[in-house]
Amino acid sequence: MMRRFLNALQQRTPLGLKQLKHDPIRLLTAIAGITFADILIFMQLGFADALYKSNTQYPRALQADLVMISSEAKNFGQLSTFARRRLYQSLDVPGVQSADAIYLGSTQWRNPQTGQETSMLIVGQNPEQPALDLPVVNAQLDLLRLPDTVLFDQASRGDYETVIAQVRAGVPVFTEIGLRTVAVGGLFEVGASFSDDGALITSDQNFLRLFGRRDAGAVSLGLMQLDEAADSTQVLEALRDRLPGDVQVLTHAEYIDFELNDIQSESPIGFVFGLGSAMGFIVGVVIVYQVLSTDVNSHLGEYATFRAMGYRNAYLLGIVFEEAVILSVLGFVPGLIIALGAYQLTAAATALPLAMPVSRAISVLLLTFVMCGGSGAIATRRLQAADPADIF
Amino acid sequence: MSQNFSIVVHQLDHFFGTGKLRKQALFNINLEIAAGEIVIMTGPSGSGKTTLLTLIGGLRSAQSGSLRVVGHEICGATENDLVQARRHNGYIFQAHNLHGSLTALENVQMGLEVHRRWAKADRHRQAAAMLEQVGLAERMHYYPGDLSGGQKQRVAIARALVSRPKIVLADEPTAALDKKSGRDVVDIMHNLAKQQGCTILLVTHDNRILDLADRIVYMEDGRLSKQPEPSALP
Ligand SMILES: Nc1ncnc2c1ncn2[C@@H]1O[C@H](COP(=O)(O)OP(=O)(O)OP(=O)(O)O)[C@@H](O)[C@H]1O
Ligand SMILES: [Mg+2]
Repeated sequence: MMRRFLNALQQRTPLGLKQLKHDPIRLLTAIAGITFADILIFMQLGFADALYKSNTQYPRALQADLVMISSEAKNFGQLSTFARRRLYQSLDVPGVQSADAIYLGSTQWRNPQTGQETSMLIVGQNPEQPALDLPVVNAQLDLLRLPDTVLFDQASRGDYETVIAQVRAGVPVFTEIGLRTVAVGGLFEVGASFSDDGALITSDQNFLRLFGRRDAGAVSLGLMQLDEAADSTQVLEALRDRLPGDVQVLTHAEYIDFELNDIQSESPIGFVFGLGSAMGFIVGVVIVYQVLSTDVNSHLGEYATFRAMGYRNAYLLGIVFEEAVILSVLGFVPGLIIALGAYQLTAAATALPLAMPVSRAISVLLLTFVMCGGSGAIATRRLQAADPADIF
Repeated sequence: MSQNFSIVVHQLDHFFGTGKLRKQALFNINLEIAAGEIVIMTGPSGSGKTTLLTLIGGLRSAQSGSLRVVGHEICGATENDLVQARRHNGYIFQAHNLHGSLTALENVQMGLEVHRRWAKADRHRQAAAMLEQVGLAERMHYYPGDLSGGQKQRVAIARALVSRPKIVLADEPTAALDKKSGRDVVDIMHNLAKQQGCTILLVTHDNRILDLADRIVYMEDGRLSKQPEPSALP
């Protein structure tokens, strides 16, 4: 079937290709239009994805098989709290190996370099047990046992060069959080989010000291590890049976989806960048339509002659779609290459995690086919004007 | 009866437009052309020559009367039948109508590709042989834009004849050419058609080429007269 099709293609005179090659200016216009549209779409999708990613970096970094949150949790910034008792209860369920509490809070800290106050996320974790999948942090857990000592996210928004240099050199930097003086004992790197300019990691004990009003019994997140042999869906079900409705237990992947859903519904990111991509798509459709319909128009006489010779309408449609497919590929390839370069430049300039997953390249390629095919389909309406009775 | 006739037109009428604008262009046309015969049709402008040619060629659908072309009735035929019927014919137009993005050779082989019978290499070989016969062996890989009017018309003849059609329909093939190349072109067409034994129906205003005809028919105001008055010829 496929071979017969390929054979038929090989036997056919590639008229679409020849027509495109015969008018290089028109060909270049079309390629430039498609390339531009594809770059626009790539950039929009890349930004949207980078923003989603950068705002779920901590949820993604959690090192846990299952995550427990309050049933009132909205998102990582507004997780609410639940009773630590629930974590102890979960240990009764067979298969649960450990359940650790994480305390989260946002507070103002004074940038030791500029003296300005900015909002920081503070993570309070058990220093005996790695909570985040960040090897740099986990190597410095013993530092967290020191009172009023924090690790500082060196990718935080703001000017911190001297702080970073000093800490690297092994000299602790002191600053204020509320009324307490804390020492920046070490560094790690994650990146800023919408809600906070940066983050600090400290021990649960230190956290409770910094947030004097927080009760040790009210935790933000529970991280559970399962026994190697345990079946996570079974354990999950048992936990949901065992625990009252004021908490919910999710797998790590489900929890990340929970965060993504919240961003998608609460912020205009999806809408804004969706709109941007749609604009790129429309620009592409308009340019390709212009090129293809001009091309059909300028060949109407030839097409009418072909019909007079006994070619079917389908043959003429084939020419237009052949052109559409060729244009898609020729426009997509430079679009992809330029977008890859633009991703790198933007990532370097904004610290946003821009990357090109294969799936995105494939979906934009498909979108390009739809874009060109759609324009081609509109352009073929002009073919009806190719009436063989009109050429004599 | 149609065995030895290529084209049999019987009581054919044709109307353009509908309602108040309906206008009759052909009146009771009767015409029989034998296989291998060369018929020239002349007549004043607007008399209906092109209309008759497009009906015989299946480029327009015939409405009333009977129209048998190489044994097939095409009056009232479906679009699909008309497409099939067109493949039996070779057309030569006033304008050459070559495809500007294809070389002479590629243009000629388009006359074969429509039949889906030959492989690409074979089509190109036949097309090259045909171009040689019209004296364009040297110019096979030229684009139409780089050929003279007479050369283009010769390519068009090669394209029309390469598939050895039973019928060649030509509408003022010399109108766009000067005297010398016009004559060359019809001579080539005539010789090739004679070799292949094909029937020719040729519309022309050019009385310098009337000598090619086995028979001349005359169209006036949508009516055909078989024996034109010599004085009425242009
Ligand atoms: N598509 C059409 N719609 C309406 N009327 C038409 C159409 N084509 C031709 N006619 C009319 O039919 C008549 C015959 O036209 P036709 O083109 O057959 O003449 P002709 O003999 O070929 O003339 P010429 O020598 O100028 O080419 C003319 O009156 C013309 O106006
Ligand atoms: Mg005419």
